[in-house]
Amino acid sequence: MIRFLFKRLALTIPTFFALMFITFVMLRLVPGDPIEVRRGERGISPERLAQLRHEMGLDQPVWKQFLDYVNALLHGDFGTSIVSKSPVLHEFLTLFPATLELTLTAMIFAVVLGVPAGVIAASRRGGVYDQTLMGLALTGYSMPIFWWGLILVLVMSNTLHLTPVSGRVDLIKYYYPSVTGFMLIDSILSGQKGAFWDAVRHLILPMIVLGTVPLAVIARMTRSSMLEVLEEDYVRTARAKGLSWTRVVGVHALRNALIPVVTVIGLQVGGLLAGAVLTETIFSWPGVGKWLIESINRRDYPALQGGIMLIATIVILVNLFIDLLYGLINPRIRHAK
Amino acid sequence: MSLLEIENLTVEFKTGSGYFRAVDGVSMSVDKGEVLAIVGESGSGKSVSMLAVMGLLPWTAKVTADRMRFEGIDLLKLGANERRKIIGKDIAMIFQEPMSSLNPCFTVGFQLMEALKEHLDMGKAERKARAVELLRLVGIPSPEQRLSAFPHQLSGGMSQRVMIAMAISCNPKLLIADEPTTALDVTIQAQILDLLVKLQKETGMGLVLITHSMGVVAETAERVSVQYAGQKVEEQAVKNLFRDPHHPYTAALLSALPERAKGRKLPSIPGVVPGQFDRPKGCLFSPRCQLATELCRTTKPPRIDGALCHYPLHDGVPKNHPGKEKAA
Amino acid sequence: MPSDASLPAATTTPAPPGPIRAFWRAFRENRGAVLGLAVVSLIFFIAVFAPLLAPYNPTEQFRGFSKLPPFWVEGSDPRFILGTDAVGRDMLSRLMYGARVSLFIGLSVMVVSMVVGVALGLVSAFFGGFIDVLIIRIMDLVMAIPSLVLAILIIAIIGPNLTNTIVAVTIVGLPRYVRLVRASALTELTKDYVTAAKVSGVRKFRLMTVTVLPNCLAPLIVQAALGLSDAILEAAGLGFLGLGAQPPTPEWGAMLADTRDLMLSHPWVMAFPGLAILITVLAINLMGDGLRDALDPRLRRS
Repeated sequence: MIRFLFKRLALTIPTFFALMFITFVMLRLVPGDPIEVRRGERGISPERLAQLRHEMGLDQPVWKQFLDYVNALLHGDFGTSIVSKSPVLHEFLTLFPATLELTLTAMIFAVVLGVPAGVIAASRRGGVYDQTLMGLALTGYSMPIFWWGLILVLVMSNTLHLTPVSGRVDLIKYYYPSVTGFMLIDSILSGQKGAFWDAVRHLILPMIVLGTVPLAVIARMTRSSMLEVLEEDYVRTARAKGLSWTRVVGVHALRNALIPVVTVIGLQVGGLLAGAVLTETIFSWPGVGKWLIESINRRDYPALQGGIMLIATIVILVNLFIDLLYGLINPRIRHAK
Repeated sequence: MSLLEIENLTVEFKTGSGYFRAVDGVSMSVDKGEVLAIVGESGSGKSVSMLAVMGLLPWTAKVTADRMRFEGIDLLKLGANERRKIIGKDIAMIFQEPMSSLNPCFTVGFQLMEALKEHLDMGKAERKARAVELLRLVGIPSPEQRLSAFPHQLSGGMSQRVMIAMAISCNPKLLIADEPTTALDVTIQAQILDLLVKLQKETGMGLVLITHSMGVVAETAERVSVQYAGQKVEEQAVKNLFRDPHHPYTAALLSALPERAKGRKLPSIPGVVPGQFDRPKGCLFSPRCQLATELCRTTKPPRIDGALCHYPLHDGVPKNHPGKEKAA
Repeated sequence: MPSDASLPAATTTPAPPGPIRAFWRAFRENRGAVLGLAVVSLIFFIAVFAPLLAPYNPTEQFRGFSKLPPFWVEGSDPRFILGTDAVGRDMLSRLMYGARVSLFIGLSVMVVSMVVGVALGLVSAFFGGFIDVLIIRIMDLVMAIPSLVLAILIIAIIGPNLTNTIVAVTIVGLPRYVRLVRASALTELTKDYVTAAKVSGVRKFRLMTVTVLPNCLAPLIVQAALGLSDAILEAAGLGFLGLGAQPPTPEWGAMLADTRDLMLSHPWVMAFPGLAILITVLAINLMGDGLRDALDPRLRRS
């Protein structure tokens, strides 16, 4: 298991280097003068330009600049935002809990509904439940989520007045310090009456919107995986023991059927972060996705560079984690060598 | 009263182009402490009829029978929940592929104790003790350690022993073994068969042994039912069957045994079991039978002397057969 | 009981149908897929003949006719069946031309991805070694960055317009084609017919394109269908963020972004472009599912 872990870790190293290389090249490819791009200033005098060029190491050979960049990254320096003048890593970490809260709850929403939906569809193959659920799943899979978000806001917030339109919590009614960065937890810690419920109401629409596509993917995958597993000999053995259908499906078949589903869940993480960009934009959710779009609009390229580097790092690490999880539910992999 | 009584069992599968009849009017009975062998080629419906008893057929299957009783209980009228109380407890089954019949995600112990938990009122420690005892009973060395093993860590023979341990865990009255040795090495086959027979003798349970090998039948069974294309073509006590087979198919099967072969070349039966689309009109064996006549090809055979044949053999001679020249 | 009465005569076996007919027979069985195909064909027809079908020029602004509701709502104008947008452009005409833009983006992405993906995948599978590692590493990297984020990054460098949307979406979706072609080519390479071809002296290029490639086509076609719908969604997402086709191009995603301020007062202005995206993507996916079931013998039902 430990060897497996190290092997997987070693495999990610070249990917990281390539990633650093690409983000490095990206900043050089951005149209406009490199100093202006990086400092966000316009009309700098030639003397100051030369000084800045030296300060930023731009008079060094390109390979040296790249090594400096790598060195800085390895020391946790992801650059400085030209708008806020604060380190990108700091900005990212301030905003990331909001994104994490959103993506995690969306994922939980997708798994909690998607797996049972897939199981029900598979055990009623060809029936009304199967067709309805899979029809819904395909619709969810095809959904332009930015439009879905707007429609939900229109119906739930503006017509039925059930949920707020944007933000994470009503800042006029509730104010409490950020302890964990997770609004759901912070609201409980604050002890303010109604704060938690308010945070939940803010979270629910973005969660549904972001969770829709993963929900559809998980439901479809669970169904097809389940159909395959239900044909296996060991399912027949379980039935021959006189176990109830629930136990046969819920324990013997599901455990095996979940193995490919876990992989799919892992692959959804990248999609979730991409979806978070759109979802956060629609709901003015103060997370990294919205921040990324704002960085583009403000031409804050260093922030963009650092942000993308950080997001890619997270995706790579999550995929690594999923591989390990895979080993845990599948004993054949756990015991391999 | 017989342990298991089946009369005129028919199983049909719904396919893209109509129904396929896998079992066609089969009757049989098994008594307590008896070993019945069901013999036939692949595709002869021998497994399907037993899966029908267990209620393990897919929903595309349509099961009809005049009678299907276990200890006097009508299995056809039983609801799914009542049936589950019998299945796995009083009737147990083991399968052809031991390696894929155990769930790869759970330990041997978990799978073994699961049936005990479902059917018997036992505490956790009791179940564990019983599991160890069962593994020892089926001849698995160091059973305590094996409880935490995963199926992929076991060999085929070991897996089949675990399957047998699982099947006999609740002291079943009837054990159905569906080709239990086919997927195993030749050396292991005999061990597993010996184990099954030994367990059957010790516990006095009924044993239905599904096999395609006449050799296995000779070693283990008391009575044999020969199936062909979903029909029971002959049933006899083992000794009599080997001495005097009445159905030409049985005779052909027996002469295909190496021990009984007379010439230099091992005889074989030409052709294959008919499928959904090439079912003959008359006797189902007629396209492959050397003695078939026009009557055989056009008219369904009657059951004479326990054999489903127009001209049953007696001491190798077909009764009332018009003669070789007319047969071709 | 006569078991043979309903069965066909044993002697005549029908000749196996040709591959295209067999495919069509399997595809036709799936009602959803046929429906999807019909809708896709209709949208394609509208896209091709938009100049003939659309009542107006999609960028023409009718002063004094802005924000008109569709025909079933009170206050509508019969000349503008689906109403008009904030600056008085005809919604129906814009939607029709939008089909053009979306399908153009989707098909371009699909064609380029197919060509490049097949080339890279085959090269990767056939040459192995350093080239293989290089290509696969780059593809892994592309996959490590969330699709939309990478597309945004690319757009940030090369600027937002229709062509660059195609470039960005193609790059983002490319790894799936490359990996698919590589994987199926590697599987095919181990088979006996390839060895036979090698032994008989078939040259590498011919082996790649004529011998192996046709046998990798089935999953590739399915991927192409799913890739088409993904590309349309992705491009619409970029358009919505203002990073895709620029106004006044009637791109569905961009049309949605335009109407956000009108969402409360004139919800239908927002409803139509999104519905158009959903219906198009859903129809393509329905068709893709049918293609997969019909082409993949493993999943084909008996």
